[in-house]
Amino acid sequence: MPFIPHTADDVTRMLEVIGADSIDDLFDEIPAALKTTPLKGVPPAMSEMQIGRLLTERALLDGRPLNFIGAGAYEHHIPAPVWAIATRGEFYSAYTPYQAEASQGTLQLIYEYQSMICALTGMEVSNASLYDGASGLAEGCLMAVRANRASNSRRILLPRDVNPTYGQVARAITGNQNIEFEMVDFDRRTGRLPLSALEAYSGQDFTALVVQQPNFFGNLEEVDELTDWAHANNVLVIAVVNPISLALLKPPGEWGGRLDGKPGADIVCGEGQPLGVPLASGGPYFGFMATRMQHVRQMPGRIVGRTADLEGRPGFSLTLQAREQHIRRSKATSNICTNQGLMVTAATIYMSLLGAEGLKRVAAASAERTADLVAALTRIAGVAAAFDTPRFHEAVLLLDRPAAPVLAALAARGISGGLDLCASYPELGNALLVCATETKLEADIEAYANALADVMRAARDVRGAA
Amino acid sequence: MTELKLREPMIFELSKPGRGAASQFPPAPHGSTAAGWPTSASLGIPAHLRRARPPLLPEVSELQTVRHFTRLSQFNFSIDTQFYPLGSCTMKYNPKACNTYAMLPEFLSRHPLAPEPQGFLACMYELQEMLKDITGMQGVSLTPMAGAQGEFAGVAMIRAYHRARNDAARREIIVPQAAHGTNPATAAMCGCNVKEIPCDRNGDIDIEALKAAVSADTAAIMLTNPSTLGVFEHKITEVARIVHEAGGLLYYDGANLNAILGKVRPGDMGFDVIHMNLHKTFSTPHGGGGPGSGAVGVGPRLLPYLPIPVVGKEESRYRWLSERDLPHSIGRLSGFMGNAGVNLRAYIYMRMLGREGMVRVAEFAALNANYLMKRLTQAGYEAAYPMRRASHEFIITLKQESRQYQVTAMDVAKRLLDFGFHAPTTYFPLLVPECLLIEPTETETKEELDQFCDAMTAIRREMEQEPEKLRSAPHTMPVRRLDDVRAVKQLDLVWKPAA
Repeated sequence: MPFIPHTADDVTRMLEVIGADSIDDLFDEIPAALKTTPLKGVPPAMSEMQIGRLLTERALLDGRPLNFIGAGAYEHHIPAPVWAIATRGEFYSAYTPYQAEASQGTLQLIYEYQSMICALTGMEVSNASLYDGASGLAEGCLMAVRANRASNSRRILLPRDVNPTYGQVARAITGNQNIEFEMVDFDRRTGRLPLSALEAYSGQDFTALVVQQPNFFGNLEEVDELTDWAHANNVLVIAVVNPISLALLKPPGEWGGRLDGKPGADIVCGEGQPLGVPLASGGPYFGFMATRMQHVRQMPGRIVGRTADLEGRPGFSLTLQAREQHIRRSKATSNICTNQGLMVTAATIYMSLLGAEGLKRVAAASAERTADLVAALTRIAGVAAAFDTPRFHEAVLLLDRPAAPVLAALAARGISGGLDLCASYPELGNALLVCATETKLEADIEAYANALADVMRAARDVRGAA
Repeated sequence: MTELKLREPMIFELSKPGRGAASQFPPAPHGSTAAGWPTSASLGIPAHLRRARPPLLPEVSELQTVRHFTRLSQFNFSIDTQFYPLGSCTMKYNPKACNTYAMLPEFLSRHPLAPEPQGFLACMYELQEMLKDITGMQGVSLTPMAGAQGEFAGVAMIRAYHRARNDAARREIIVPQAAHGTNPATAAMCGCNVKEIPCDRNGDIDIEALKAAVSADTAAIMLTNPSTLGVFEHKITEVARIVHEAGGLLYYDGANLNAILGKVRPGDMGFDVIHMNLHKTFSTPHGGGGPGSGAVGVGPRLLPYLPIPVVGKEESRYRWLSERDLPHSIGRLSGFMGNAGVNLRAYIYMRMLGREGMVRVAEFAALNANYLMKRLTQAGYEAAYPMRRASHEFIITLKQESRQYQVTAMDVAKRLLDFGFHAPTTYFPLLVPECLLIEPTETETKEELDQFCDAMTAIRREMEQEPEKLRSAPHTMPVRRLDDVRAVKQLDLVWKPAA
């Protein structure tokens, strides 16, 4: 029997102890009328060899396209030790570390993770993870409502150059709690949030302003002036950041502060996937969240602290649990229980291997590759860069025709050429979001450029002939 | 574990300036010299947007990293190393094949926004179909990323349903006292109030209390069945009738689905919506706290509101269904497709169990639980509901022992660690005093259960003869019992270099 170790003799002896005639007797409290007839929708069992073959066939069917899509999930090299260690049974098959003395490995690792996230973001405290970047923003918005005592509005300023899916998720999750999102437009020329767009809201009551750096288009926001505007108006700043970019970019903990000498975003969240987690069709990833110490009791999710045991030796345990659902029930900061622990394990190993220098090189190489990609693609007739603004490792390109058929033609050549923005940003025209990371070599960029030139030319020839 | 050195420094303490895992660094984009490296300035990042000081991350070699985290792993209890009878958590064997085949390079390298991968989506579509059959539901969404998010999706759908019927004033969620903490927390996140109702002496819902609780405000009742008390809710059909007649819906918390797999289906019991913990029933790993997956299933009333994306099939092609296909959906709960890789592991597990294997899961989980309950009562422990069958788990109460020997359920839990067993769940459900919630799961041998009973018997003897040994347990772990009060009072959440 798959995964069940009982022999016939075991069953007999166990039923004797129980005092039951058959295993069926153990279900005699279920009303007979409710009992299920055999499941029809579940096929017969497969051995490991059979399922291995099926999965391998399906994987090969999907192939490995050359990927130039980012848009919130980024392809980086994952060092071999990361998943070799994260899939060790002692990490992989352990539960949440509630029994601290039997979970010191996981607990110390999370404490190290929290320390690394604080180092990257320039913040004071981090939690042990949320589900992903998008749902992390939703939690960040709810946290801001609790943390901003100067505001009564439950209104949040959400720039349109923040990942649009994050906005959708934040709405879906906060929708029943009367949180309102005020959409703020970006500047069409620069592709970023101008201070002037915020100034229209000066003096009004808003709970928080979301600032994504780099923003969804890959452009760098003027984070200092945005942060200072927010704080001058009693608005908290929720920073959404890419952790790899923080090796090069000013950490949110240092944003602004030019007016009051107290710099820093108030809540920082983001998608942790770039830190050693595979793309894997969208998950599992993890959301990170950090804040200032003054807001720690408003933070959702688990937190690990260092303490001492009976003999005064240092040890680690889950702490500040009075914020959480298993203690506070309906008054908890969130309903989150299970988080993304194993992904945090991978990210902690990744950050240890790369260190500050390695992360900086990954970030710089990615930015450089994207610059190369933009240069190569905009040499093709009918392709232009949408914005001339400093960027990190993504860019918006404008095509002289709709992006969808171009992407389909590229896909047929084994290239995932980017994300079509026409549905989310119709005002940009035929816009395409592209990304290159350190994993893309010159030959890859050349292959993309040649394929795109081909596709554009072929389409033009067809039109010319017609 | 005792033969190992029981302390491991912080990774930051192993760090030395200039060290690093060099082979993990990317090559310089243009040329191999240091001069080939782009800088913030050459990349065009304006000075005021640059990072001034490098982040304080460790500088360690690859071997140091591997050894540090491998050693940390050895400080953990896990299913692969210990019996882990943690009630309500279903700590069964996580088959290695599920991980191996979910980590095929084509699956791992797929960008979520790349053209829809037909091989992967075929697996997800079939997973949805299998879950529909097992739960007796009409639609399934795999999007929720954990049980609590599945609960959120369920309650949000219930609210959307009432709103669509111009009945939006229904904001009250009824839960039994023994409900898991996520139930009331989820209700609050969905803007609902919680009304708790008591259970009777047999662990069933108090029907009179339920009748008194339902009203024109009732949005739904959230139930686990078998309940968190480890028993099957006898009167479930009556509960369903009462709630439906009052205009409310029934929510099934699938935390205990393992107990009834292939035996009885929530849809047939009258439930309108269910969330499943794929990381419990379908054996995806708990990973030291996650990731889980909280797939939701719905009956006809809630079908239009399923969270997106859902996998659809048109002729022989699979695709993600989005806003356009499900305009009444409660929306997106994740940046992409939920915990896709976890769902893939559940799919592999379910195909390996097959139709016959599903029923056996419930049968042998019940056999192990009832056997262990009987053995422990024979050893002198008191079952909380001795007149009832155990489902896949059961509760021992140490009320008597705590009075007689001044030891707590926590003391017994910590002492079990010294015997090489992970502790059962303690102090849940809250309404049973000094309780241990024990769930052996179907993948454990009779020998393992017998050894656990031997340990509990030995602990009972210690209780009588040397209770201090329990109060000061554990004695053989990397640390002794930790000071949780100090952890809160002297918050130390981030490593800082010595001054």
